[in-house]
Amino acid sequence: MHYSPEPLHIPDGFLSVPISILMWVVSALVVSYALRQVNRDMGERQVPLMGVLAAAIFAGQMLNFAVGGGTSGHLMGAALAAILLGPWAAMLVLTTVVGVQALIFQDGGLLVLGANTFNMAVVGVAVATMAYQTALKLSGGRKWGAFAGAFIAAWLSTEIASLAVALQLAISGTSPANIAVPAMAVVHALIGVGEGLITVGAVAFVYAARPDLLQAGEARQEGKSASRGGRAVWVAGLLLALGLAVASPLASSNPDGLEWVAEQGGFLDTARGSLYQVIPDYLLPGISNQTLATILAGVIGVLIVFCVVVGVAYLRRNRQPEESR
Amino acid sequence: MHVHFLDPYRPRRSPVHSLDGRVKLVLALAFIFSVALTPSGAWPVYILLFSLVLCAEVISDLGVRYVLKRSLLAFPFVLAALPVIFTTSGAAALELTLGPWTLAITQPGLERFLSIACKSWISVQAAVVLAASTPFPDLLAAMRAIHVPRLLVAIFSLMWRYLFVLVDEALRLMRARAARSARSADPALKVGGSLAWRARVAGGIAGSLFLRAIERSDRIYMAMVSRGYDGEVRLMPSPGLRPVHWAILLSGLAVLAFLLLAAYLFWA
Repeated sequence: MHYSPEPLHIPDGFLSVPISILMWVVSALVVSYALRQVNRDMGERQVPLMGVLAAAIFAGQMLNFAVGGGTSGHLMGAALAAILLGPWAAMLVLTTVVGVQALIFQDGGLLVLGANTFNMAVVGVAVATMAYQTALKLSGGRKWGAFAGAFIAAWLSTEIASLAVALQLAISGTSPANIAVPAMAVVHALIGVGEGLITVGAVAFVYAARPDLLQAGEARQEGKSASRGGRAVWVAGLLLALGLAVASPLASSNPDGLEWVAEQGGFLDTARGSLYQVIPDYLLPGISNQTLATILAGVIGVLIVFCVVVGVAYLRRNRQPEESR
Repeated sequence: MHVHFLDPYRPRRSPVHSLDGRVKLVLALAFIFSVALTPSGAWPVYILLFSLVLCAEVISDLGVRYVLKRSLLAFPFVLAALPVIFTTSGAAALELTLGPWTLAITQPGLERFLSIACKSWISVQAAVVLAASTPFPDLLAAMRAIHVPRLLVAIFSLMWRYLFVLVDEALRLMRARAARSARSADPALKVGGSLAWRARVAGGIAGSLFLRAIERSDRIYMAMVSRGYDGEVRLMPSPGLRPVHWAILLSGLAVLAFLLLAAYLFWA
């Protein structure tokens, strides 16, 4: 069994620094609020339950089934966790999963961990909660409503999370919106079907084996238990889903507008410009041609560092036989 | 079957392994942050940063090949940045004609794409060195030291403790499915049921994995309570940093700051 990275986890280097920091701030705020809510709801049971369930989601992501044509359906688990645990606990579980994937398995970067947490734990869970709760309300809490809601929640959360990824890439100037948004949307519309089918299967299983768990999850989603904010999550999920669904095609058809946002947001470029003006003609002493000085400085630096690397490697090699003796 | 090979930690006797986890975590984060801040096209700085991480790889005794192999894990994502080669405005370096379309590779676009790919590759290597040279409990202590909420750290540590148990559980469930899924030697014979049926089986596995995890967490909670757990998470206080480690931390940060300054002065 090999560990395979997920297509939704952005590695380091793909998001601009302002976007990464903004996403860190948003995720930190939401996760610390979720920590408090879950602590109020579950008390001292929180740590073992959240930890073990995060491990279960991680293990469940290894699960696949053949779709045909050599492809396979996978489980990501945001919707399943939201349905069974309620929004706040699901956010904590997914934050833990995403964090361990980045720290241990380099699946997703560390600087962009805030963005990945936002996409998977905040957007994924909020949208899934909104969709599932709406389906339950419309069906009057019947069985088919729960199953249809599970499928819609899983599909929609996958799709909207992928749009969030595409928009972050576009605002960072890494991927043009008119290519990234349709590509992500189409690919994840298919991936979402696999996610949806597995989620329905899992919900059907839990419905047969432990219906009390599903009811407890529903109570948490509607905010009837000690934790509050069930309605706030529903509204946030709706706003995120609508906002991203509307913003993505707009950005995709007007990539210039997004570029403008990127330029406005790029305070680093501004900072760089002013720094550059303070010392407009910085030269290496003794060399009048700036290009030449630049190249020379670089070459000298590279040479020095490579010498250090080679020297260190040489020293280590010499020391090792002594240690083993 | 056990999945201990999932753990990326590789025990070695090296200066990098014996360095305090807090220093390593902060330095790795600062390194990745510096890489992200380096303007695109500052190639000499990229090479210097790469040399730095290469140094760490060599000193840590992990084997450069191992780190490079693991760092390719993030490589497929580079596809997402590929279109900028064509869409960034600038002088065309090369024009490709594909039937009715003409794609122009622009020079700024190419520079931007290569910068993104290099940045990502260098950053992943730093993260690989961090994970392979630091046992997870040390990383947790380091997270606590940089003020990650205590409850979150406790959840992380419990997840790590039961990760291997639950992955084993999932593998057992999947082995049971494989053992019951015969395949005919005759390729014309269609086996394996419909797509919906296969999805329901996979869903059943996911559901029972979830239920077993919830029941297991109940037992763990009982065991914790019977040993005096009262909801308060108590972690070992970590000793202060030794002067040597302070020196390494500060000089590492100074080198990164110097590189960034050089990047903005010379190559911005």
